[in-house]
Amino acid sequence: MDWKGRDVISIRDFSKEDIEFVLRVAERLENELNEKGSLDYARGKILATLFFEPSTRTRLSFESAMHRLGGSVIGFSSAASTSVKKGESLADTIKTVEQYSDVIVIRHPMEGAARLAAEVADIPVINAGDGSNQHPTQTLLDLYTIKRAFGKIDGLTIGLLGDLKYGRTVHSLAEALAFYDVELYLISPELLRMPKHIVDELREKGVKVHETTDLEGTIPELDVLYVTRIQRERFPDEEEYLKVKGSYRVNCELLKSAKESMKIMHPLPRVDEIHPEVDKSAHALYFRQVFSGVPVRMALLGLTLGVIE
Amino acid sequence: MSELKVTAIKEGTVIDHIPAGKGLKVIEILRLNRVNGGVLLLAANVSSGKLGRKDIVKVEGKFLSEEEVNKIALIAPNATVNIVRDYRVAEKFRVSIPDEIVGILRCPNPNCVSNHEYVRSRFHVEGREPLKLRCHYCERTIEGDEILGNL
Ligand SMILES: [Zn+2]
Repeated sequence: MDWKGRDVISIRDFSKEDIEFVLRVAERLENELNEKGSLDYARGKILATLFFEPSTRTRLSFESAMHRLGGSVIGFSSAASTSVKKGESLADTIKTVEQYSDVIVIRHPMEGAARLAAEVADIPVINAGDGSNQHPTQTLLDLYTIKRAFGKIDGLTIGLLGDLKYGRTVHSLAEALAFYDVELYLISPELLRMPKHIVDELREKGVKVHETTDLEGTIPELDVLYVTRIQRERFPDEEEYLKVKGSYRVNCELLKSAKESMKIMHPLPRVDEIHPEVDKSAHALYFRQVFSGVPVRMALLGLTLGVIE
Repeated sequence: MSELKVTAIKEGTVIDHIPAGKGLKVIEILRLNRVNGGVLLLAANVSSGKLGRKDIVKVEGKFLSEEEVNKIALIAPNATVNIVRDYRVAEKFRVSIPDEIVGILRCPNPNCVSNHEYVRSRFHVEGREPLKLRCHYCERTIEGDEILGNL
């Protein structure tokens, strides 16, 4: 696979080999960064971050990654201040911005916006979230975090907890995990179960899937517990939200029955799903997970720019 | 069975075995109703051994390609297409669903970029029986009545 010029739009475009390759490059870059402090693979290259809706964490992570590679960053983080407000089409914005930059990272409230941007642009486009559709770099950094913590992904038992119905992150993580030899526990309130077509797809691909509402009973089985927030804004009506709000709380008491090596992940931000007392325990992996975003995004930027092979 | 006689055409395309009531939709999708086109004939509600009732569309002076006609497979999966030359059927084929459906189906996802920006809708065919399409842009899948409702 030739990575130079490639777009990163959907985890569905990736093969297992692609994923493994990105994870290997990320690991290499992380080690190099630890040794040298800073790198200069992307010196002279410019990243444009086009955030049509705000997402400070994701934007900072990409900016940090580009700076760590020795490149520089331009961009905006709200459509309100741009000509988009004046009615400019997405295609025109992209065609304009590509005159200023070598790679584009886009976050947009509409599903499919990143795909459209990639079709318009001659330079590589990386999707940093399109509505409720895809956020492929999040999935890659989740996989990277697991791999760094356990040295492998195959053979692990992984629990996905919380909003499995609307949660974009857990949908694509589950789909990517289907490439591996893992056992999955899907833990959610009845109302927020993983969509049936995804569960069917996982089973078809040979993943051992268990669906349950019981977190306490499942904890002892797990190597990884991936917690998600129940997001009010995803619910069609408030009443449904109130029924499930605060369904699960992960605290030290609950973790007494967990394997010593069990790790907790969370895409953040959290509200009250994980008690802050858990942060100090050896189970907490979620801040390390945030860090993982940098080497993974460095790998993607470097590969698509063609400055890393 | 009484066969309704519809004017035979000298040269052109006859699309037969369209489900009754869908003939107009076929004309619309293939844009056969443009002025300056050839003579267009729609026979609606014709008795048919196979379908009970069917529609037939004839268009004179126009030879529709297989690809063009395959678009209508979404609404008329059993349609047959006859290419007529000099009053005789020169070529005959059944429609089949193409691998990609471009420009004729609207994405039902209101938040899909294809409904907001200047871009042709595009779907990948993921399954044929039952028909399942995935939007190229928002990646949402659609099936059954949702497809027909958005044609
Ligand atoms: Zn769509």
